[in-house]
Amino acid sequence: MSRELINLIIQATGESLFMVSVAALVATSFGLPLGVFLATSRKGELFAAPAVNGLLGVIVNAARSTPFIILVVAIIPFTRLIAGTSIGSGAAIVPLTIAATPFIARLVEAAIREVDGGLIETASSFGASPLQIVFKVLIPEALPGLVLALTLAVVSLLGYSAMVGAVGGGGLGDLGIRYGYQRFMPEMMLAVVVVLIALVQTVQTAGDYLARRVNRRLRHR
Amino acid sequence: MNVHQSLTTARPAEPFPSLVPASAASEAMVRFETVSKAYPAYRDKPSVQALQEIDFAIPRGSITGVIGRSGAGKSSLVRLINGLEKPSTGRVIVDGREISALAGKELRLAQRSIGMIFQHFNLLSSRTAADNIALPLEIAGWSRADIAVRVEELLELVGISDKFDRYPSELSGGQKQRIGIARALATRPNVLLSDEATSALDPQTTRAILDLLANINRELGVTIVLITHEMSVVRQLAKEVVVIDGGRIVERDHVADIFTHPRHPVTQAFLSEAVGDSLPVSLTSRLLPQPIASGQAVIRVQVRGTDAGDTIVARLARELAIDVALLSARIDEIGGQHVGSLTIGIPGGDAATKQAVGYLSQNKFLVERLGYVA
Repeated sequence: MSRELINLIIQATGESLFMVSVAALVATSFGLPLGVFLATSRKGELFAAPAVNGLLGVIVNAARSTPFIILVVAIIPFTRLIAGTSIGSGAAIVPLTIAATPFIARLVEAAIREVDGGLIETASSFGASPLQIVFKVLIPEALPGLVLALTLAVVSLLGYSAMVGAVGGGGLGDLGIRYGYQRFMPEMMLAVVVVLIALVQTVQTAGDYLARRVNRRLRHR
Repeated sequence: MNVHQSLTTARPAEPFPSLVPASAASEAMVRFETVSKAYPAYRDKPSVQALQEIDFAIPRGSITGVIGRSGAGKSSLVRLINGLEKPSTGRVIVDGREISALAGKELRLAQRSIGMIFQHFNLLSSRTAADNIALPLEIAGWSRADIAVRVEELLELVGISDKFDRYPSELSGGQKQRIGIARALATRPNVLLSDEATSALDPQTTRAILDLLANINRELGVTIVLITHEMSVVRQLAKEVVVIDGGRIVERDHVADIFTHPRHPVTQAFLSEAVGDSLPVSLTSRLLPQPIASGQAVIRVQVRGTDAGDTIVARLARELAIDVALLSARIDEIGGQHVGSLTIGIPGGDAATKQAVGYLSQNKFLVERLGYVA
């Protein structure tokens, strides 16, 4: 493989990592509170607001059931409003974030729901406010689950980031389609797939390691 | 004749002896005023009347046992005391404050003077022993330095100073409950609620934990409310007992009186589990309804209070010259009183039996004829 092609792969990997990390960061900052709220706002819970919970649930489900490639196209005007353009890696961050936020919210909700309800009651019994319960009990206790949830989200984002290549988003997916598919360069396609596999493996391994590190439940097993 | 019936008839007709004189009612640490609690129907569950007409006071500095079967309403009762739940009607007053009327920040402040320990400890798995104890102090907004000092004290108080940096997953049940107790006492509460705190522990650990609670009550003067389904827990620790069944208080007395004069069937059922006043099988299998020649009459004598039941056999032998056979006996000290029963065999036919029964009755022992053995 020529020097130029290798440079192309390195550049595309950089674009993919940029898109995925910014999108993961922004999506987490929206998805984490949303997930915590979804997990604590049903009837009789910490921030009981069943109507709001129901409405948010419908919105989250709708966003999650829209195929990503359709979402990318459908929100082009919104992307242009935020990023100033609808082409390139920077613009691709917008649909990636919008797709990942409800996904992360659901994963966070599941992780938070895993926390023993007795701990919430315990903290309430010594006068903890709902916010104190979230920050001192729910999030620390759900941390291993949250780390795994974010790992899963980043892996999914890597997959999505390859898809935005189809609409001029740059990155590894873009490279694979333009060179590997349209120019009939199977070695390029293979290289892109290998890099993606390596990235996913790295992210998953790091996430598993971190989750084990913060898990005190199974410490001496 | 049933023993419990005979005891029942020996009781005054007064429904509940008042443990707290009216004048001292304001001194109560916890007071329930005609409290009821109903849970409305939810989804496929019908509505539940968890508590009804609860009206009683827990004296300051006391250890009060609340005993009942599962579903009797014990948990609802204790959750009303620390404001986790609101009564449907009536008032709950803790340390002079109507906790059932508080909400939001005021309620949270009041809750800091009420500690609670749990059956499954409810420790945070993500925090060490010391950090678990620190949690209520962090919530109360203590400074880091004050927390460190207080946590040190508490670790010492409950006897696990060496485990300060261990996570709950590395500790035994007894050690976890000690952390639970230290955490409950962190903010220096006046009341400690124990919700089946020893139910998940083995008998030896249970004893150690109950001893620790007794010490805390004695040395810190903390009022303790013990929710339990085990009479043995009440017997070891409580001074007063409230028996609840079907959401109502069915019996209420000093612990020694509950053990000697149980009136309600539920109390009696709890008691026979705890005191073990059933006869050994080797004896019951030989028991006959009719007297036989050269046999013995089997008599059970209830021992209670300070009436020196332990000398019965010697006194019968000395004063009536009867060779009394001791068949089975159990006497415990409960709430400073002797409680138990002796089963004795009296030889020498009907005349001797009558004489012995007469003597025992004269000395105010409750006597019951069980039958005869060869």
